[in-house]
Amino acid sequence: MKSQARIPTGRISDPGYPRASNPEYTRHHPRWYRRRMPIFWWLRKLAYTKFILRELTSQPVMYVTLFLLGKMWVLSRGPEAYETFIQWLSHPALLAFHALVLAGLLFHTVTWLNLTPKALVLRVAGRKIPGWAIVGAHYGAWLGLSGAIFWILAGR
Amino acid sequence: MRRARDPFFWGLFSGGGMLTALLLPALFLVTAITAPMGWFGMTGYEEWATLAGHPLTRAGLLLVAFLAFFHAAHRFRYTLYDGLQLYHLDALISIVTYGVAAVLTVLAAALLILVV
Repeated sequence: MKSQARIPTGRISDPGYPRASNPEYTRHHPRWYRRRMPIFWWLRKLAYTKFILRELTSQPVMYVTLFLLGKMWVLSRGPEAYETFIQWLSHPALLAFHALVLAGLLFHTVTWLNLTPKALVLRVAGRKIPGWAIVGAHYGAWLGLSGAIFWILAGR
Repeated sequence: MRRARDPFFWGLFSGGGMLTALLLPALFLVTAITAPMGWFGMTGYEEWATLAGHPLTRAGLLLVAFLAFFHAAHRFRYTLYDGLQLYHLDALISIVTYGVAAVLTVLAAALLILVV
């Protein structure tokens, strides 16, 4: 009779709950099994490297934005400050660095525009507009805006 | 990769990504490379200063700067999160990256409204 009383019912009122009703129960949360990943996991495959390089284009974007604001500040300081600034910019080392920055910006632009069909699904009269048309429209906008910037800033 | 639970920051990331993708290559090429090299027209101080002082230039650049800073902050947050696997530091990383973007936006506004 006594042993029968120890058969767990699964109720909270059981003296040994929850251990008695669930033999797997442990007081502490188990440690998850995690595979250790090396910090340079993204160098293993070209696709991973491209993904990380694409994510790192945030830094050229940051630099160029600060550069444009810096140029505005220099312009507000008068002709002499601007002359010094231009001399700095013409230094071969800085030009080489800026060419690298420009390459990073172009990588950002190309990867961003190539993803537009995934972010933008348009339907006209119930038909889905094909991806190439959306990409093409965005490249067209890029070309047009770049042309306008060139015409305003360098065309005259 | 990117979380749907941050629609606000995702919106800034997305808008900033588009604006910078379309505008920054040409802007940087002209301001940092062709103008100092003396290629094409518009190399003198006067022309640049007139353009820089125009209200539309300043308003436009402020919009670009705001979105670019938050775009870069959001992207860099996930670069640290995925690339360096700093999952446990997500809250700290978010505060620092968006915080830097916010401070830089305020500084850019001060520069473009008060100084230039």
